[in-house]
Amino acid sequence: MGTWLQVLNSLSFAALLFVVASGFTLIFGLLRVVNLAHGALYLVGGYIGMTVTVATHSFAAGALVAAVAIAVAGLLLDRGLLNFVKDQELKQVLLTLGVALVLNDLALVIWGGDSRTIPIPEFLQGAAHFGTIYYPKYRLGVLAAGILIFLLLWLLYNRTRLGATIRAGVDDAEMVQAIGIDIRKLFLLTFMLGSALAGLGGVLGGAFLTLYPGADSEILVYGLAVVIIGGRGSLEGAAIGSLILGFLATFGQIWFPELAYFVIFGPMALLLAFRPLGLFGRA
Amino acid sequence: MRLLLRALLIAFFAFVIAVPFVLSVYPATLATEALILGLFAMSIDILAGVAGRVPLGHGAIFGVGAYVVAYHVAVSGGNAWIGMLLGIATAATVAALFGALAVRTTGVYFLLLTLAEGMIVWGICYRWTSVTGAENGIRGVARPALISDPHIFYYFVLLTVMMAAFLIWRLVHSPFGQALRGISESSSRMRTLGYNVPLTLTIAFTLSGVFAGLAGILFVLLNNFVSPSNVSLDQSTQGLLMVILGGAGTLWGGFVGSAVIIVLSNLVSAYTERWSMILGLMFIVTMLFASEGLIGKAKALVGARSAGRKTA
Amino acid sequence: MDRRKFLGIAAGSAAALLVSLDPLKVLAQGGPIRIGFLTPLTGAAASSGRELVDGWNLYWRQAGTKIAGREVQVIVEDDGSTPDIALQKARRLVQQQNVHVLVGDVLANTGLAVAEFVKGTGTPYFMPVVAADDLTQRKRIPNVMRMPGFSASQMTRPLADWCLKQGYRKVATIGQDYTFGHEQSGGFVQTFTEGGGSVVGQLWHPFNTSDFSPYLGQIPGMKPDVVFAVETGADAARLLQQWATFGLKGHIPLTTSQNTTDQSIIRNLTPAETEGIISVAHFAEGRDDPETRSFVQSYEKTYGKLPAIFAAEGYTGGLWLADTLKKINGKVEDTKLLLSTVRSEVVLDSPLGKNLKMDDYGNPIFDIYIRRVTRRADGKMVNTVIATYPKVSQFWHYKPEEYMKQPPYSRTFQGIKQ
Repeated sequence: MGTWLQVLNSLSFAALLFVVASGFTLIFGLLRVVNLAHGALYLVGGYIGMTVTVATHSFAAGALVAAVAIAVAGLLLDRGLLNFVKDQELKQVLLTLGVALVLNDLALVIWGGDSRTIPIPEFLQGAAHFGTIYYPKYRLGVLAAGILIFLLLWLLYNRTRLGATIRAGVDDAEMVQAIGIDIRKLFLLTFMLGSALAGLGGVLGGAFLTLYPGADSEILVYGLAVVIIGGRGSLEGAAIGSLILGFLATFGQIWFPELAYFVIFGPMALLLAFRPLGLFGRA
Repeated sequence: MRLLLRALLIAFFAFVIAVPFVLSVYPATLATEALILGLFAMSIDILAGVAGRVPLGHGAIFGVGAYVVAYHVAVSGGNAWIGMLLGIATAATVAALFGALAVRTTGVYFLLLTLAEGMIVWGICYRWTSVTGAENGIRGVARPALISDPHIFYYFVLLTVMMAAFLIWRLVHSPFGQALRGISESSSRMRTLGYNVPLTLTIAFTLSGVFAGLAGILFVLLNNFVSPSNVSLDQSTQGLLMVILGGAGTLWGGFVGSAVIIVLSNLVSAYTERWSMILGLMFIVTMLFASEGLIGKAKALVGARSAGRKTA
Repeated sequence: MDRRKFLGIAAGSAAALLVSLDPLKVLAQGGPIRIGFLTPLTGAAASSGRELVDGWNLYWRQAGTKIAGREVQVIVEDDGSTPDIALQKARRLVQQQNVHVLVGDVLANTGLAVAEFVKGTGTPYFMPVVAADDLTQRKRIPNVMRMPGFSASQMTRPLADWCLKQGYRKVATIGQDYTFGHEQSGGFVQTFTEGGGSVVGQLWHPFNTSDFSPYLGQIPGMKPDVVFAVETGADAARLLQQWATFGLKGHIPLTTSQNTTDQSIIRNLTPAETEGIISVAHFAEGRDDPETRSFVQSYEKTYGKLPAIFAAEGYTGGLWLADTLKKINGKVEDTKLLLSTVRSEVVLDSPLGKNLKMDDYGNPIFDIYIRRVTRRADGKMVNTVIATYPKVSQFWHYKPEEYMKQPPYSRTFQGIKQ
């Protein structure tokens, strides 16, 4: 019975990881940019969502505004900064590292260091109970949201022209450009979508994991691990990677609390060394 | 012009040698720290600038050297000189392990893999309470009597760092160093020429670890204290920024970067808490406009002005 | 060749800057009283650090900054929530800014690093918050004192006693897996078991655990009468939140340490999540006492929020130091006199309570309150007092020398009496 609780915990945490990691993997897959500011975008998105939700008493409004705001942040990041170091992978990574530092400190200045939460809608408050098991309704909501977002992204990725173009671009960006598609516009759209997912993740996660200085690097580290394990540019990879990591993190904490970091970074390191493409990535 | 520059250089070296007499206690400590971190940056440059592999886990190697000495001296009550040898040996071992795994990758994947390796070491230092003191670190790491005086310690550090820097310089300008540069340009070409690329890189990684560990040892002797911050990602990031700021591949750039960062962080934090933001901005600006670093930028300026003149 | 020239220029400028950091040699006696104030303004403890310095500043703003004809100058430095940076800043304050006294820090590991440093320099170091037990017990340093911080295990023993009086006999504890968590839990558990209670389980989680479900899921199975939680910062907020959402609130009584239900936590949560939770501390913002009320009012007016414990500690630290300085006529250079006066000084009235006095080991003796989170008339949640334990020292009922024979609390030693 306790195990069922932990299984639900793993699944709901995995759902959140998926939302964050899917954005990361899209950007890594198509633009080949390891956006180390992705965690900071999550945190700032969460804070923005919190401010809007408190002001409007609407969680949905908070989530929407956060997603849009962070998509705009993504636009600025891509056009305003990354544009100048096009095609230089390493430089881009280090640049995003700098952006992460700036955003993190900015968030501290604007929202302070207190641990903040986001008010959740009435119908998700409290616990649902199945027999003797009590489980927070909100976490079930996160699980549902994760599944929904997976389905929507999957449809986008596999059943639309845009998705097909993105997938082609992940495989071979030069070829896509050669057949006349404006690859820069595609990159930008993808970057914005990926960023929006980070912002949305911040709102979803902020409501049950709270928002505080340091939450950005924590979620970044998880996101990195998911994408490495799942393979860059792959949605299924992000989903499977999130599940693996969700279970590792939850059960690892119970069974091997001392080895918490090893449980996450060990697999990540081994995969990077022996199978950098992860489970579903393609060269 | 040349005379002026030469005079400046001589004045600078004279200053470096006279630091304990010219600067008061606190700035002298900063100068010592700048030397130590300059060596740390130089060790990273062997990989980042020469071999073309940018690591983000060297903080862990640096910190491991520090922890081993700290444990040996403060917890086991052992001899500090032996502790230093142990520290270097451990750092080299960790580097060899990191390297053996990491040389299978390049570019961004190398960066991420070394990051992950560094995090594993950090996790161990943070949780292995009985040995590392966990979040409290290890305190009371006393210097051996011979070098306990701050002035004498400064000269000890200066001498050690200069010798190490000389060794690194020789290494990089040797056939081995040339092999690394070759690998940086094209590892497949080097392979066809008969070089064992993974082995060469692993050796380079290990040697880089020796010097990073040495820097860590000097650091813990300076502060009499080590904590998980010294093996953290922040430590690795700071070292990398120093390399890039000074100029990757220039080797001496590490010292320039180190001096700039230390002076700036002290100046800035006297007026504001926003050092982290400023550090981030420096990263961004450097990547956009000066990724070849201060030395590289200066070289370019000179090159542009005296077109056709051969650079050394 | 060019390379080295430009190294010369660049490094020459750096050297020039370094020299410029050299201070103008200070000031004869009779100049300002210089206090170095260390506090985390960035990093994990940023929110506590901010409240600490705000409380401290509020005191000086109200009392004025002149003592015995000398100006009191406070230099605030960010300790970055890490011992590394704390050490750097302490060094700078003492060696470069020539401060007479160091005050501050929040996290135990930063306090330990600074204490080690002042062991060598002899600078008086007063800690309003740092709670590492041994700094005033087995490893005490003569020039290091808590003002008005507490020793971690000191605070939680009265709560254990109170729990026994409520009839609870079986406790499960949950806490952050580091020194502070071990010490606070140890204090509780030793007193609880010495009074006839038993421990049915102890759950330790790493600092900064986002997901408490793996731990909360184990509690009902342990069948405790009461649960004792030791949390700080984000962990505290999440534990309280998840305690409610997992349906445990209202079913199993929850008692906590002082930080878990601190104002800085509960003001960001909903009443449903916090109301009725019992905790223990030397400060209660809802305490019905004129000194406390006036402090809370002026803090709220100045900063727009109710004060957390750190604010009260910062304020009272300023008060205690100022009182002492006045008594010795501002002669802060006389370290021996300063330290002995701090030890003998009795602070009659402070936001914490009455009759604050230092024990012989550099740790204050407090009135400790059992608190409950209640709703104020204006709807805000505060901690109000439901019981008081007067004059509690860090040694409880034990004889100091006897007590210090037992090892310091750790994950493996919790003082459990079989």
